Amino acid sequence: MRTILYLIRKEFLQIFRDKFIGKAIFAVPLVQMVLLVPAVTFEIKNINLGIIDRDMSPVSRNLISRLEGSGFFKITCFTHSEEEANNMLHRNRCDMILHIPEGLDKETTSGRVCPVMVSVNAINATTAQLSWAYLNGVLQDYNIDIIRQNAAVTTLSAMPQIKVTNRYWYNELLNYKYYMLPGILAILVTAIGFLLAGLNLVKEKETGTIEQINVTPIKKYQFITAKMVPFMIIGLVDLALGLILGKILFDIPFRGSIGLMFLCSAIFLAGVLGLALLISTFSSTQQQYMFIAFFFMIIFILMSGIFTPMDSMPLWARKFDIINPMAYLMKIYRMIMLKGSAFSDIARDFYSLLILAAVFMSLAVRKYRKTA
Amino acid sequence: MTGNTVISVRNLVKKFGNFVANDNLNFNVFEGEIFGFLGANGAGKTTTIRILSGLSKPTSGTVMVAGFDAKKQAEEIKKNIGYMCQRFSLYDDLTVKENIMLYGGIYGMKKKTIQDRTTALLEQLNFGQYSDSMISSLPLGLKQKLAFSVAILHEPRIVFLDEPTGGVDPVTRRQFWEMIYEATARGITVFVTTHYMDEAEYCDRVSIMSEGRIVALDTPEELRKQYNAGSIEEVFIKIARPSRNVEGGLE
Repeated sequence: MRTILYLIRKEFLQIFRDKFIGKAIFAVPLVQMVLLVPAVTFEIKNINLGIIDRDMSPVSRNLISRLEGSGFFKITCFTHSEEEANNMLHRNRCDMILHIPEGLDKETTSGRVCPVMVSVNAINATTAQLSWAYLNGVLQDYNIDIIRQNAAVTTLSAMPQIKVTNRYWYNELLNYKYYMLPGILAILVTAIGFLLAGLNLVKEKETGTIEQINVTPIKKYQFITAKMVPFMIIGLVDLALGLILGKILFDIPFRGSIGLMFLCSAIFLAGVLGLALLISTFSSTQQQYMFIAFFFMIIFILMSGIFTPMDSMPLWARKFDIINPMAYLMKIYRMIMLKGSAFSDIARDFYSLLILAAVFMSLAVRKYRKTA
Repeated sequence: MTGNTVISVRNLVKKFGNFVANDNLNFNVFEGEIFGFLGANGAGKTTTIRILSGLSKPTSGTVMVAGFDAKKQAEEIKKNIGYMCQRFSLYDDLTVKENIMLYGGIYGMKKKTIQDRTTALLEQLNFGQYSDSMISSLPLGLKQKLAFSVAILHEPRIVFLDEPTGGVDPVTRRQFWEMIYEATARGITVFVTTHYMDEAEYCDRVSIMSEGRIVALDTPEELRKQYNAGSIEEVFIKIARPSRNVEGGLE
């Protein structure tokens, strides 16, 4: 035990003596919270809309002013020519085009159906679908009003219809920051564990100090524990920092148990650190390590469900996520923070994480050799 | 020298794939002696020293160090040895004191003992003003002296020195050898590789390796006589000219 303490002390001395790393440990959570949380959002505002108005009637003008008034659209092109509008779409001046045909006013006021057409730039499918949904919403509202106006003339009774009221649970205002912040926290914790710890061990290989350690009677578990504990502490401190910043800057809700969140994070870190040490036993230079670690990180992050809901992933991807520690952590963070989930709600993910951590750790201990 | 064997090597073979780095080595090292281990670059010295210190496993043969089998009891061997390699291996970003503390702690020494030894050691090395200096700021000669002191901090039975004086000026080398003599006076056996032939003359016994084999082993005096040479350097040139690996990049 005393040996481990001596080694941990050495690691901390080295970490904080490194002018860059010592500062980066605190700067990274700050920058991630301040920049990434507001930046990574699916909310779409200022959709550039082009309009081809061939009708130039009160009805078409009314529709256009409603679109402008919705707050989602900015009309960047107003023309009669299809060619010009398409050209604007091509040059990225507008994201979507609304074609209003001649006779909209005449057809609708005389109780007939008149088609309009919408073209959307779908290079980014998500943006395209959302833009379309917003535009459709405005059109639907206007449609109902037109029907009402016409119906009021013929019958006095209100139009029968099903009216839907919905409520968004756990994030009532659909605030994307609330959704993204736990995810960014998970990335933060992963980056600390994965990159710093692994590089640290490979650096000892590069400088040759590991030889000097290997020739001492130190036990494998002592060495590995001493390599992991400092980064686990730093990871948890950074998590705390991130949470505090999230509270101050974005007033992020925290509905669950902080203790549970840190417990899960500690187990997660043990797993990720185990994996980091495992990879570092295979790499002999920091370059090699970075390359491999980056590869794993990208896969873990993109498949963790941070941006895309896990339910919409193909089956094989969901199967892969069984061994993706980040997928569990992402889920656990969001559930604890936004839903206030208790241990029983996350038990499955908790135990999965525990098993993963145990597997990665034991592989790391087994693969690390003091005698070649 | 007491005549007790602390290292015994029988039919040691170490292969890396098809390459035979150590080809059937046989020798003994006696307690308290300075055993010089010479050879051209690529002769297989470092391979042997790594096996003796438990860092690498022999392919075949019997290697006993401090009474333990290098094949099965590498960790036991490590408790009884010190090791200082050509690649300088103290932590550059820790101070002199912190390095001493760390290795003392790793060998399970008591805090009080570590502190006492540190003070004594700094005094002996005339290192007082450097005790809080980063290792990276020290000149090479001081680093090497400190590395040696740290390697024997826990009073091991044997210390392995792999080219400990490489790149060091003659005055510091002289001082370094004084430290080696002091260590042997305390009963520590010294196993040293070197490229400086004058240093070979300081050893009690010298072995010369060539192409993975030991081609000569005796006291410096006997070797000179045997090969009819005025110095170990001449002996070395006569017998250790490498033919297999002229570039000598293997170590």
